[in-house]
Amino acid sequence: MESTPISVLPDKCVGCKLCVKACPFGAIVVENKLAAIDLGKCTLCGACVEACKFDAIEMKKKEAATAADIAAYKDVWVFAEQIDGRIQSVTFELLGEGRKLADALKMNLCAVLLGHNTQGMVRELFERGADTVYAADRPELAYFQDEPYAAVIAEMITRHRPNIVLCGATTIGRSLGARVAVKVHAGLTADCTGLAIDPETGNMLQTRPAFGGNIMATIITPGRRPQMATVRHKVMKEAIPAPGRTGRAVMEQLAAELLASRVRRRSFVSEVETTKNIAEANIIVSGGRGLQAPENFALLRGLAEVLGAGVGSSRAAVDAGWIAYSHQVGQTGKTVCPKIYIACGISGQIQHLAGMASSDIIVAINKDPDAPIFKMATYGLVGDLFKIIPILTMEFKKLLGK
Amino acid sequence: MHIVVCIKQVPDTADVKIDPKTHTLIREGVASIINPFDVYAIEEGLRIKERAGGKVTVITMGPPQADAALREAISMGADNAILVSDRAFAGSDTWATSYTLAMAVRKLGDYRVILCGKQASDGDTAQVGPGIAAHLDLPQITYVRKIEEIDEKHVVAERLMETGFEALESPLPCLLTVVKEINEPRLPSLRGKMAARKAQIISWKAADLGCDPRSIGLDGSPTKVVRIFTPPARTGGVIFKGEPEEMAAQLVGKLKDAVLGAAS
Repeated sequence: MESTPISVLPDKCVGCKLCVKACPFGAIVVENKLAAIDLGKCTLCGACVEACKFDAIEMKKKEAATAADIAAYKDVWVFAEQIDGRIQSVTFELLGEGRKLADALKMNLCAVLLGHNTQGMVRELFERGADTVYAADRPELAYFQDEPYAAVIAEMITRHRPNIVLCGATTIGRSLGARVAVKVHAGLTADCTGLAIDPETGNMLQTRPAFGGNIMATIITPGRRPQMATVRHKVMKEAIPAPGRTGRAVMEQLAAELLASRVRRRSFVSEVETTKNIAEANIIVSGGRGLQAPENFALLRGLAEVLGAGVGSSRAAVDAGWIAYSHQVGQTGKTVCPKIYIACGISGQIQHLAGMASSDIIVAINKDPDAPIFKMATYGLVGDLFKIIPILTMEFKKLLGK
Repeated sequence: MHIVVCIKQVPDTADVKIDPKTHTLIREGVASIINPFDVYAIEEGLRIKERAGGKVTVITMGPPQADAALREAISMGADNAILVSDRAFAGSDTWATSYTLAMAVRKLGDYRVILCGKQASDGDTAQVGPGIAAHLDLPQITYVRKIEEIDEKHVVAERLMETGFEALESPLPCLLTVVKEINEPRLPSLRGKMAARKAQIISWKAADLGCDPRSIGLDGSPTKVVRIFTPPARTGGVIFKGEPEEMAAQLVGKLKDAVLGAAS
């Protein structure tokens, strides 16, 4: 019994079932007035411990790190993601959010930049609010490579001991973050949509969706530093640039072995998109089975062009071969978070909703008034998309003076 | 060539519902499936075997009932299946999970390729694959949409990025995580289903792997969930009905400010 991380104390449990109700994972059953926890389902979230009025559930406490250990870790770091020498907008969002965290902790906000010929980018990071920029400027770091990037950042973390490290939850940020976290033995929370500082403990409260957005979880890293998180693109507000603002630049000296990569890039092919990358787009016009035929995506492209929007799709349209997989929104496609999401002829299966539910405004256009998408929609139009979309396109053209 | 595929059993999210009163997930009667992305990893493992020869071993870490996921992988054509299961693993976050799976892969010894789905559909972290690579100090290629070349010594794969794709070459052993675009998974054959029923699932516990007790389960997990809640429901939805012109005009009126803001 002692070896299990959570256990029910039979002498205290009265079988009241409060814990059964509190458990988000259906891991508790009460039999013969005694609660039993299924460790296969239990995630040790502690909801039942809090709910129990009889102190009958005991969870093994982690060894707390000493205050001195934790106090040695200072500053909020943001990984500056650059592609072809251009800082990506997700980095500016992280600097905007990182500033709040740094101020709450009375710490500095720092950017970590890996690349080649970085001076211009260093300046830009100062203007976007970084107090210090730690830069590793080497030809081997010109573009993202998993191994040297992870090795260099792990080395910099060991040298300077940041309290918090944030990366964008992008392809690069996610591939990098997990590798770094293992190397420096840090906790890493994926794809956060909310960050805050607990004023009592100084821990970062990291909130993220799970189960396709059906539940939200708040996660902390109580006993280790740095606290690492990847942050979803388009959720946080960008730091506003202050032209001429400057700060401290630290150029890192790096041993050659840190720069070695076993993986070698043979080529990079930029996908020529006639429309915007949906992960970046502020507005997305998305189509599903209701479009009936591949050529009807032209209708959506017309509207998207007027709005400067990206074109998305449901899985059904991708599986039918109407549009490329890179446009798919949903559980097995991309998770997007635009200002406006316009779903045309999409019924709203839960897997699709999982990929777009956090959009600011959701517009649904569908013939079927009972389509589940209408339950999610900020504005719903019950009608024929083939009639509605051309009119919308015309109206928006007028509005935007195009 | 020994191909190892790491899979996870997840609830079939199509069925996941929230109890309207308690705002918790209803897990009763929810079927378990192999994480959809891992099915592509299994399929790709089988295709590598068909191309280059060798055997496919599937590993999962989970409760005893994850046995079903392993049998399903065997029914698709996997040769061996290992269930890594121990109460001491309960409460593992992605750090501890990737450590435990790395220890299991290490115990196999002769692995050349490790395949994972890009992420699991319940946690959506995409952290365990790169975590395993880091624990084993292996090169990694994430978000693979195509394997162009593979033999005993090396692999060339295409990684899907937000802005395009890159062709990457790595020596083996190497860890790859795959996206849906990579293949069309096969259905289990009748012979496969029979093999799955009879298959001997190998079971490994923490002690079998030589795990450091401080690196597994709750103690080995730096992160801790402190609160779980239902996101606030979307409210205030307005439904327009009537002639297309009317509806379009109403919508444009509502969206005007947002569109002008977003387009700038």
